[in-house]
Amino acid sequence: MANAWRNFEGNLWQEDIDVRDFIQNNYTPYDGDESFLEGPTDATTELWNQVQALQKEERAKGGVLDCETEVVSGLTAYGPGYIGADTKGLEKVVGLQTDKPLKRAFMPYGGYKMAKEAAETYGYQINPKYDQIFGEYHKTHNQAVFDAYTPEMRRARHAHIVTGLPDTYGRGRIVGDYRRVALYGVDYLIDKKEEDKLNCGDGTMTDDVVRLREEITDQINALKELKAMAEIYGYDISKPAVNAREAVQWLYFGYLGAVKTQNGAAMSVGRISTFLDIYIDRDLKEGTLTESEAQELIDHLVMKFRMVKFARIPSYNELFSGDPVWATLEMAGTGLDGRSMVTKNDYRFLHTLENMGPAPEPNLTVLYSPRLPEAFKRYAAKISITTSAIQYENDDVMKPFWGDDYSICCCVSATQTGKEMQFFGARANLAKALLYAINGGKDEKFKNKDGSPMQVGPEYAPITSDVLDYAEVAHKYDQMLDWLAGLYVNILNLIQYMHDKYYYEAEEMALIDTDVRRTFATGIAGFSHVVDSLSAIKYAKVTAIRDAYGVTTDFKVEGDFPRYGNDDPRADAIAVKLLHSFLDKIKKHHTYRNSEPTTSILTITSNVVYGKATGALPDGRAAFTPFSPGANPSYGAEQNGLLASLNSVAKVPYKYALDGISNTQTIHPDALGHDDAERKGKMVNVLDGYFSQGAHHLNVNVFGLDKLKDAMEHPEKPEYANFTIRVSGYAVKFIDLTREQQLDVIARNAHHAL
Amino acid sequence: MAELQGRIHSIETFGSVDGPGIRFVIFVQGCAMRCRFCHNADTWDCSGGTLRTPEDLIAQAKRYRPYWGTDGGITVSGGEPLLQIDFLLALFKLAKAEGIHTAIDTAGQPFTDHGPWYDKFVELMGLTDLVIADIKTMDADHHKWLTGVSNANIHQMLKTVSDFGVPLWIRQVLVPGVTDDPEGLKAERAFIDTLKTVEKVEVLPYHTMGAYKWEALGRVYPLEGVKPPTPEQVQAAEAILVPGK
Repeated sequence: MANAWRNFEGNLWQEDIDVRDFIQNNYTPYDGDESFLEGPTDATTELWNQVQALQKEERAKGGVLDCETEVVSGLTAYGPGYIGADTKGLEKVVGLQTDKPLKRAFMPYGGYKMAKEAAETYGYQINPKYDQIFGEYHKTHNQAVFDAYTPEMRRARHAHIVTGLPDTYGRGRIVGDYRRVALYGVDYLIDKKEEDKLNCGDGTMTDDVVRLREEITDQINALKELKAMAEIYGYDISKPAVNAREAVQWLYFGYLGAVKTQNGAAMSVGRISTFLDIYIDRDLKEGTLTESEAQELIDHLVMKFRMVKFARIPSYNELFSGDPVWATLEMAGTGLDGRSMVTKNDYRFLHTLENMGPAPEPNLTVLYSPRLPEAFKRYAAKISITTSAIQYENDDVMKPFWGDDYSICCCVSATQTGKEMQFFGARANLAKALLYAINGGKDEKFKNKDGSPMQVGPEYAPITSDVLDYAEVAHKYDQMLDWLAGLYVNILNLIQYMHDKYYYEAEEMALIDTDVRRTFATGIAGFSHVVDSLSAIKYAKVTAIRDAYGVTTDFKVEGDFPRYGNDDPRADAIAVKLLHSFLDKIKKHHTYRNSEPTTSILTITSNVVYGKATGALPDGRAAFTPFSPGANPSYGAEQNGLLASLNSVAKVPYKYALDGISNTQTIHPDALGHDDAERKGKMVNVLDGYFSQGAHHLNVNVFGLDKLKDAMEHPEKPEYANFTIRVSGYAVKFIDLTREQQLDVIARNAHHAL
Repeated sequence: MAELQGRIHSIETFGSVDGPGIRFVIFVQGCAMRCRFCHNADTWDCSGGTLRTPEDLIAQAKRYRPYWGTDGGITVSGGEPLLQIDFLLALFKLAKAEGIHTAIDTAGQPFTDHGPWYDKFVELMGLTDLVIADIKTMDADHHKWLTGVSNANIHQMLKTVSDFGVPLWIRQVLVPGVTDDPEGLKAERAFIDTLKTVEKVEVLPYHTMGAYKWEALGRVYPLEGVKPPTPEQVQAAEAILVPGK
């Protein structure tokens, strides 16, 4: 270790695994500007051109370039893979998920039927021998979950009151601490896990001890296989990385192991920027690396993250449009000691968007604080203005809960790196629940065979008056949410149990402490519509319009009412109360493995699908139309401009939604100012103002609607090939969205004061 | 005495072109000019809008202080702010007590250089950090045709603002065939050069985004068919009007 750790400071991290301590003792804060950055090397340009050509071919083939049909994915399932046969030598960072670039692996353990359907959708036939293997010899997670579901759970799932559940694919959201591979080498990590296993239990075989002993063994085996995977590429990662290039490569192998074994909805990279800067900085000082070579390493690493793909079924794509993997990667933030954690490497990661153009992955996330160096804030603003490809999260509100070494494990959710794992749990449709409260648990869309409405929720007495009374609705809604929270938590308990049993994330968990903190991440859909609906019932006159079965089909609203998104305390108070109350209801229930329940207000692009399953609401939203995404105010509700809207969202307390409060806003470039300097300055003002009030998250897009409309009609234009936009919690190439979602994005109010 | 209130058309919390930094823009209701290219014709009616007190508006504006940084503040636009000068005085007194940067976006039509109104204007200048003035067109007859009112007092107002040392931003909306006559622009430049506090001269390309409002009000849009200027036309006007270009 002596050579690998030369010139590194600190003790704790040398005595036991403690990457945070290593970072805090060795990183060099940078408060200068971007003038040191270097452009792409010839190798970078050559490789990226090849990848872009492949991406073009992929799109021309309907979205999938190639698909595995014979080999089940695993750490050592394939020989080495490269971007191009003739350009191997140019790749400074090597390793692909399969044997060919952009070829999608066969990953059946989350759900065999889905893996098969995903291949078939794109014209590939999985070898029929797997019907027998996964039908008779080996159960999958998906099969196990459906074996155990109750009829009530199936109905709730069918009616989309609980929806987007990870019961057909990997749950994701577990971030292995891939930095450990670089800092310690795999042999040391195996030794530590062996120690943990020796200390696991006193010989009394309770369920917990048996399970944990088996899991640790799986983790050790995964680490051994990870070494074998690296050997396929000619690397020995048993020992620590000795320089920056090895550190980048070792770390990437750790991540590659995760995406070879899991197809989770989110496969985050984690907080690696400051860590890698320490290695780069040492090499720069030792004269063994130039800035251009340093940028090349980061460019090539990012290029690999841009190439991660999974085979998905069409219904998945409707939920999470644009082929995202949430390879989320963080920059900046501040340490517990108050120092900025911005390093030159944070600039290098943002600069990849200039060197290789905008791209949706990795999901670059700036951990923001108004106290970050001004030069960095302005550079990030510039990248936002030119690429719309990055998101911001408030370090000042997350740090008290997660410390200064957390990662973002999905689109916006924080998790302590290497210390914690999360049970991802999709979201409950609170807007539909409001209709259930009014309609006595009867669904407004899904019918029985005889045409009568399906009884999905409990058969409570419906509201029968024409004009809705706020107190009555609030009371019945409260009861309906009690039911929904209980059902939802129990569906998740079941799913997480089966996932651990049939699709355990051994490789990722091997890079996390054995004594792991677990969070249980629930979520909310339809937030703004419930708030505005309750406000309408309270402040205006809302009359229910019902069908022959007494189920509401529409509402007549007379009079004005305050809406969420205008910084109006009357509506915003309803928002806060709704969130708090739902979290309290979630917390009442037992959660799997005594995990800590949290909730979120984020919907990714699923706001479109959830909205399609939900009837008309008292806020005036028409039946079966999209919800507004995440914690965004409803379309058209914002009457006082961008900042009033931001202030409303900023009031929603992060402490009640520790899994995240996602907000996506689009600003017309003209509304930010006349020139680049003015635009950067105003963008920083907006971010400072929003986050200083305790807001959690912001996606910022900077473009005009004319550009969106043109891109929708002319996706073949070269300038739109990499046109990236932020949607709720991630970035996508606009032309990869379904047309329905493109229209939804266009329909949203773009803020442009003129 | 009834509580002093302003007639407010709407609020924009993210104004970014009406003054330095990020502005809390109060659009007041009511204007006596009838400019043929007006893009806010819905603010003309002096009996419309919502009545609000200065205290209420300042309390609301302060909610956006976190976004203002070192240069943002409040801008009163319209409509014509100077038609409600009592309200404006009360509003700006409160704003200055809070240390808030104040700007007025005016066309100057209500200005008169004597009597109680003028005294109020003098007091207002002591509370105003920036006047953004729209010059519609220089020629007196053309001005009358274009806006329905004379421009003599408007020129007087600009001189007065300049004499009081209050910074000025001058704006000219460029309407092809209507306000882009080079001779007129040259005369305007000569006038601008007599003012001592001009910090900025802006040529704003005419746009048609306000045309729908005329229709909504049941009025015929007088500039139907007039196209926004090309970037070259804007540059040509800037070459005449803007010092240093």
